Amino acid sequence: MTTPLLSVENLSVAYREGDHTARVTHEVSFAIAPGEVVALVGESGSGKTTTAQAVIGLLPENGRIETGAIRLNGEDISRWSGKRLDVIRGRQISLIPQDPTSSLNPVRTVGAQVGEILRIHGERDRSLIEARVIELLGRVGLSDPELRARQYPHELSGGMKQRVLIATAIALKPQLIIADEPTSALDVTVQRRILDLIDELRRENGTAVLLVTHDLGVAADRADRIVVLQGGRIQETGETASLLASPRSPYARRLLADAPSLSARTFRAAPAPGEDAIIVDNLVHEYQSSGREPFRAVDSVSFTVRAGTTHAIVGESGSGKTTTVRDIVGFGRPTAGAIRIAGTDISALKGEALRKFRQTIQLVYQNPFSSLDPRQTVFGIVEEPLINFGERDAAVRAQKVNALLERVGLPEALRKRRPRALSGGQRQRVAIARALILDPKVLVLDEAVSALDVTVQAQILKLLDELQKERGLTYLFVSHDLAVVRQISDTVSVLHNGQQVEAGSVEDVFLRPQSDYTRELIDAIPGKRSHALA
Amino acid sequence: MSRYILSRLGQALLVLWIAFTVSYLLLQALPGDAILIKFQNPELGLGPEQIAALREAYGVDSPLWQQYLHTLGNFLTGQFGYSVVGSVPVAHELLANLPATARLASLGLILATALALAIAFLATLAPFAWLRGALQSIPALFVSIPVFWLGIMLIQIFSFRLKWISVINPGEIEGLILPVITLAVPISAPLAQILLRNIDEASTQGYVAVARAKGASPTWVLWKHVARNALLPTLTIAGILFGELLAGAVITETVFGLNGIGGLTERSVRFQDTSVIQAVVVFSAAAFVLVNLAVDLLYPVFDPRLRKAKGVLA
Repeated sequence: MTTPLLSVENLSVAYREGDHTARVTHEVSFAIAPGEVVALVGESGSGKTTTAQAVIGLLPENGRIETGAIRLNGEDISRWSGKRLDVIRGRQISLIPQDPTSSLNPVRTVGAQVGEILRIHGERDRSLIEARVIELLGRVGLSDPELRARQYPHELSGGMKQRVLIATAIALKPQLIIADEPTSALDVTVQRRILDLIDELRRENGTAVLLVTHDLGVAADRADRIVVLQGGRIQETGETASLLASPRSPYARRLLADAPSLSARTFRAAPAPGEDAIIVDNLVHEYQSSGREPFRAVDSVSFTVRAGTTHAIVGESGSGKTTTVRDIVGFGRPTAGAIRIAGTDISALKGEALRKFRQTIQLVYQNPFSSLDPRQTVFGIVEEPLINFGERDAAVRAQKVNALLERVGLPEALRKRRPRALSGGQRQRVAIARALILDPKVLVLDEAVSALDVTVQAQILKLLDELQKERGLTYLFVSHDLAVVRQISDTVSVLHNGQQVEAGSVEDVFLRPQSDYTRELIDAIPGKRSHALA
Repeated sequence: MSRYILSRLGQALLVLWIAFTVSYLLLQALPGDAILIKFQNPELGLGPEQIAALREAYGVDSPLWQQYLHTLGNFLTGQFGYSVVGSVPVAHELLANLPATARLASLGLILATALALAIAFLATLAPFAWLRGALQSIPALFVSIPVFWLGIMLIQIFSFRLKWISVINPGEIEGLILPVITLAVPISAPLAQILLRNIDEASTQGYVAVARAKGASPTWVLWKHVARNALLPTLTIAGILFGELLAGAVITETVFGLNGIGGLTERSVRFQDTSVIQAVVVFSAAAFVLVNLAVDLLYPVFDPRLRKAKGVLA
């Protein structure tokens, strides 16, 4: 190998918190050759983002490089001043950030923000900047670039915003682009197109990419080499194909086994015949807005779910899946159609009857960080539904709560703590316990594992599977992640713009999709390349 | 958009009416009235019958609801009545005193804004952590200084000790320096606090990291990205602080013995000159409501997200 473009040598970064410092990366070393794609893969807290931030010199204020070197074209930039780094940032190293929505300034036009990088690096000619901005916006596949340049970020979709940020990152043809989870905030089909675009531009300009991702499937598809990080230490480095085919470190093996997109494709066996726990018949939900046509968010959606099985609702943002779920749990009122849960027609329920009905169907929300009251203890959170539903005996309540918390795997030491002190996976266990304390028949899991790391996600999915078998629960599993759906569902409905484009058993839908949209969704699941290699 | 403006105007009128009614009732609840205070002086030698006649002439002996409707009608037609103390129409008193107060208040607001911006930006860009910390604690100090005390202290130091500014017959500009500072300092403090908080919040946003990754310097990032986003919420506070400004003007004008709406208010309260107080209250409420209406209508100009698709301001 010739001189690497970037070489990170024994990099240790520490954060100062109060009086003491905590090291978050330990002697991390890797190199990127010109034009190469290297993926930094790891879960939250693995140090992958810290490493990427250190490379571009944008560590948080309390972060410090303790040891090691970062060589760009052989020159160590790790001790450079901010002023010196400003010259290479944007010109030689640029960044594609994680969340396109917060990464564009809401009060400046798109054109001004793309043009800014040219102005910072010395271009003064306004008409030249304008022409280049429009050329760049066109290059990243935005329709009508002249119009886009005059628009504000809130007028663009997430995918379009990410294209704008990519246009900015490639504006000065840098040698290295750091892509920090560039697609984790986007829908799967958009994610695929954005990754394709980065690939294409990279080839065109011979740019190297440092791809930071938690998704081993994405890394498998896009990277030449993979660096696996855990707890700030490199566990394994290798060519993508050989690392996936025969991981040497135990951690890499576990990651590979837990990644839904890379694990073996086995489907659940067909459900045994039985009662229907959920019947949704021709559900229609319209939103009224004054002066405009009512917006039909859900348009004649029908499905039935056998008791004790899992039905998945799959769709991207705007597909109507959230509206459907809100109607099913009785938070929303459908415009037309019928919903029967465990034999009860819920559209007829009102007031106290509706409140009582909530014992039958419970909800686990997507975000375990905002769905738990920060001022209550874990015990209090799980106990509250029992109090609401009239269990007066404190000893009975305590016995039920403790038994359930034991079952979902929360050790006794955590029960007096508040949610702040818990990890994401532990919080989601609390949310599951809270939902199950009333012994419901149906559990709605709204993106319940989407915010979790893969290994934690695998543990929660396993727990859900066991609980379903023990208690005969019926799950309605809402997700955008087809790989997870494939793993845990019996049947599935695919929603697209409020319409149900596909319904059936998971095996049928995955192996013999009827609609183009479903086919596109399935193709967009990352990790295809590893299957081709395997 | 026009419907929005109409509903806001309706709200503004409602606020004015409530301000009028509440102040009217409070003033009526006070024992005695201006006529008694002015004419009961034994040196004037007026008998009880003559005072009663005067009371009748001013219309203060009719039932409360009649007086209320009468006064409200007068206000609606632009007649604010007569000042008993000054023996001139209230409107004249207001107009005569308005320019001085408007000048004091606007200069105070400008200085307060400048102070707040300077504190906030310096506290963000200053090179040393201890200096940033020191600058960040200034607003907390400023906000706890009472206006009257600050005024007296400034006179003590700059007029009596240092003799930089004369207290007796100062020049027009010279006479404004200390009052403007007195008025501006306590108002700059909450502005600076809000601004600092918003700068902190805006600085953690993704677009700031992206701008740094483009190679922008900290100063560039502050001006081009953070400042405008941080100023938006500050605008609302500035509108609300306008009320503080009016209240501050009353105290400042009293402390420095200046003519103006503040001085007029203080005098009218002392002599229980109800019609003047009533007019001052309604006038201040109108100014406050107008300023806040203007702030609300200005928002879409600064924040593109609030512009309705091709609305009047787009």
